[in-house]
Amino acid sequence: MTFIQIISTWLIPVTIAFILLYGTIKKVPTYEAFVEGGKEGIQIAFSLIPYLVGMLVSISIFRASGALDYMMNGIKPLADALGLPAEVVPLAMIRTISGTAALGMTTDLIATYGPDSFIGRLASTIQGSTETTLYVLTVYFGAVGIKKMGDALKVGILADILSFIVSFFIVLLVFGK
Amino acid sequence: MVNLIWVAMAIIGIVFAMFHGTMNEVNEAIFKSAKEAVTIAIGMISILVFWLGLMRIAEEAGLLERLSRFCKPLVRRLFPEVPPNHPALGYIVSNMIANMFGLGNAATPMGIKAMEELKKLNGHKDVASRSMVTFLAINTSSITLIPATVISIRMTYGSASPGEIIGTTLVASTISTIGAVLIDRYYYWKRTRKGGKR
Repeated sequence: MTFIQIISTWLIPVTIAFILLYGTIKKVPTYEAFVEGGKEGIQIAFSLIPYLVGMLVSISIFRASGALDYMMNGIKPLADALGLPAEVVPLAMIRTISGTAALGMTTDLIATYGPDSFIGRLASTIQGSTETTLYVLTVYFGAVGIKKMGDALKVGILADILSFIVSFFIVLLVFGK
Repeated sequence: MVNLIWVAMAIIGIVFAMFHGTMNEVNEAIFKSAKEAVTIAIGMISILVFWLGLMRIAEEAGLLERLSRFCKPLVRRLFPEVPPNHPALGYIVSNMIANMFGLGNAATPMGIKAMEELKKLNGHKDVASRSMVTFLAINTSSITLIPATVISIRMTYGSASPGEIIGTTLVASTISTIGAVLIDRYYYWKRTRKGGKR
């Protein structure tokens, strides 16, 4: 499993070197292009603020009141039976519905349990490895006016569930509990 | 749906606090978490700027286009109903590549274009075609190479190795994408078996 860890540390630097070299060979004004593209990053970060504020505040009310613990105790027997940490179950459920909401929840889990904890790593992997089914469905089908979705929703949700299960096992395998 | 969950969490929390004497904690949490959300978003700027800047170079150098051409044979097999060299395939591939590099904003317009083309192929009906369902399945489980946003959050919270989840994310998303295609194929098989191919 060290192989997966090696990929993790090498992928970014190697990708950067490759893109810079490729750009230079193709005579792209690399630095100027970089700056142009980078500006977009600022915009995205700022436009995320309202999503994050809204979601984090709502989650934190839910948690600080004690309602989250209460709910967690309810889910725990079921999650335990499946071997899943109960803390990630709400994330798994909301990941399908809203990407930014899930991002808020992932952030919350990382902040609470630490980025290098089992829960932190699992939340990171779940967040990174699936797209928001409902978002894709509404945006893509909505934009072109598809009214009858057929099996699309079913397939999308099943794929999401599969993805959570796979994430759980991979994180368990690579990092241990 | 999100609206409902969002409101429910806040309302249930506040009502719960009324009966459990945790109103003080709730008050504190509201202001603390709002501030935290802004800090996180600001913290993300560093990675997002760097990554999107780099991707712009890749785009202008024609690297993304090149990758698309490279992936086309595989994609053609995933969408047997789309004629080869149809523009829909090009958009589908670009969408997948953009998703791989964590460029959600670039991926969305490509995805919409792909859907438009698929709808044309389906005779402009308002019913999802087989290819559309396949495209959706692949899109929702999209293979991820660099989850830039997650890495930046991990950095903000002082991870010893923010990028260590790249490997697990890559493996998890690859397996789940393969799974998604199989699930899609299974439902297609079920539909055609029942008769009434569409």
